[in-house]
Amino acid sequence: MTLSAGDLLLILPEILVVAAACTVLAIEPIMTPHQRDGLAWLSLSTLAVCMGLIASQLGNPAEAFGGFIRVDDYACFWKLLLCLVSGLTVLLSYSYLKEERLRVGEYYAFVLLALAGMMVMVSAEDLLTIYLGTELMSLSLYVMAGLKRAEPRSLEASAKYFVLGAFSSGILLFGISLLYGATGSTRLPAIGAALAGHGLDTPLPLVATILLAAGFGFKLAVVPFHMWTPDVYQGAPTSVTAFMAVASKAASFGAFLRVFVEGLGGLKTDWSFLFLLICIATLVLGNSVALVQTNIKRMLAYSSIAHAGYAMIGVVASGRSPELAGNAIGIASVMLYLAFYAFMTFGAFAVVAMLRKGDVEGDEIEDFTGLAKRHPLAALLMLVFMVSLAGIPPTAGFIGKFYVFMSAVEAGLAWLAVVALIFAVVSAYYYLRVVMVMYMREPETSTAASPRLVLSPAISIVLACAIAGVVILGLYPGPLVNLAVQAVQALQ
Amino acid sequence: MAQLVFGYFAGVIAVTAMLVVALRNPVYSVLSLLIMFFHVAGLYVTLHAEFLAAVQLIVYAGAILVLYLFVVMLLNAKQDDRYHRQWRVAGFVCVPLLLELLVLFAGGKMEPSPLFSADQTGPGTDNAKAIGMTLFSTYLFPFEVASLILLVAMIGAIVLAKRDIGGSGA
Repeated sequence: MTLSAGDLLLILPEILVVAAACTVLAIEPIMTPHQRDGLAWLSLSTLAVCMGLIASQLGNPAEAFGGFIRVDDYACFWKLLLCLVSGLTVLLSYSYLKEERLRVGEYYAFVLLALAGMMVMVSAEDLLTIYLGTELMSLSLYVMAGLKRAEPRSLEASAKYFVLGAFSSGILLFGISLLYGATGSTRLPAIGAALAGHGLDTPLPLVATILLAAGFGFKLAVVPFHMWTPDVYQGAPTSVTAFMAVASKAASFGAFLRVFVEGLGGLKTDWSFLFLLICIATLVLGNSVALVQTNIKRMLAYSSIAHAGYAMIGVVASGRSPELAGNAIGIASVMLYLAFYAFMTFGAFAVVAMLRKGDVEGDEIEDFTGLAKRHPLAALLMLVFMVSLAGIPPTAGFIGKFYVFMSAVEAGLAWLAVVALIFAVVSAYYYLRVVMVMYMREPETSTAASPRLVLSPAISIVLACAIAGVVILGLYPGPLVNLAVQAVQALQ
Repeated sequence: MAQLVFGYFAGVIAVTAMLVVALRNPVYSVLSLLIMFFHVAGLYVTLHAEFLAAVQLIVYAGAILVLYLFVVMLLNAKQDDRYHRQWRVAGFVCVPLLLELLVLFAGGKMEPSPLFSADQTGPGTDNAKAIGMTLFSTYLFPFEVASLILLVAMIGAIVLAKRDIGGSGA
């Protein structure tokens, strides 16, 4: 096989992102602090060009590098989402980094390199590339979590994330190697064909499935592989937390679904039971532990665990459906859920990132006391995000839950939908508590360091995008639903 | 015979890997790791991957392990109570793996499938050349991604470890 221009053209978005990252790294040291703002705009414009390129790739599925990479609608759906989220991260960080006095040069480079890893993950059709993409993403995130080096908590987050992440990568790699031993290939279609051929006459594929589930479970932060999530989300800089909670979860789901549907589709009765257990445990634990949190970043961390549980319902439903159509509905519902989740979670983290108490971040729920009096607009936005996270109509969160529950009912898992619905009601308590604190309590005027909001044009754009996503997709989800359905067809 | 050799190498690898976490003295841990690396290299030799075996010895046993040893000695980490209970964790991980190995032996499905036959390279091509050709043609894309990972690891280590000079320039 030789390198062809067509191959390079297919991965042009990835190449551009990496090139931008290297440019940022190279020119940052020779710039004055004032000029460094330009790095954000360089990153943003690269991302915009990438989104255009990816959108133009929609509808033309093609393979590159002899099947290591497959650029189909499924990959493009995730890549568009990831580029958008990365763009929002850059905008959110623009003023946040100044407030926290963090160095900008490496930061934007790491965002872009993590994005490159995620893009490789979602379009990889070979376990080897999926693993390498995951590592590229994770390594960038480990460093980003520890960027607030003055704060022990940030360093602890970074160290904890690194150790557990490395451990989970080892498990993932072990699963991959066993699967390679069992089927003789790391290529997903070849694995699918080999497993469909003779099913389970050896225990090896099953052990590999369990190990892969555990490895991906860490990246998705589902119970019982969620231990790192609250500490890391709390300790990391808030803009990084938003990026991790949204982009890394979306990319992991993208790779995870491709592995389990394309590669391990033959074992779906086995893994759907496994994920059923994981899903219920995640819903129960994520939602109930979130109830008692007093720190908003920890609360949102448990909420993100719970949301991974809701998305998992779609995975279980796709595994349980006997016919292909139900299978597709389940996967499409997961993709939609993650897209909606991206907007509302990112919005919520953006509001948290704006809130300052004296010279540090205001990240306790108490810090939101009386926000409605002082900053009515910000409080209103936070209200919408919380309502959407709780899944109340007419927001995007409701539509996401609706599709996931519908896929469960169609797969004959109505009881699972009921269980999830009960926990959605439970979750309303802790989301609406934030609203209650903002609206029902008087602001404390006596304290010297009362929390204030840091406003900037960049953060306004982030909030505008997030709120537009939540409201418009909540009222008019049609185009995105069509895109997801079209994308799922590429998967099969 | 081949099974016996494999069994020896695999068994030693599992036991020494367990010792790495179970031993209390960090220097002993590092030395068991060294024994493990040697046996992994031995496994490569039985698979006719002599080049990989050499790389394994040079890179892991030669470079990385010496680095570990330096760190252990610089930190002066002697026998420490913190290393106390880890053998249980190690046993919990390694005993199932040993059992799995035994089950595989008992199953008798050890003959390599044609996919894994040693002479994929064909006669006349030597090991290093075959690996080089594969790495830079078939596996070009993963190779490039791996290079990015190394870049990130390098910059990340510098970013996290460097000292702030004259306050941080935001």
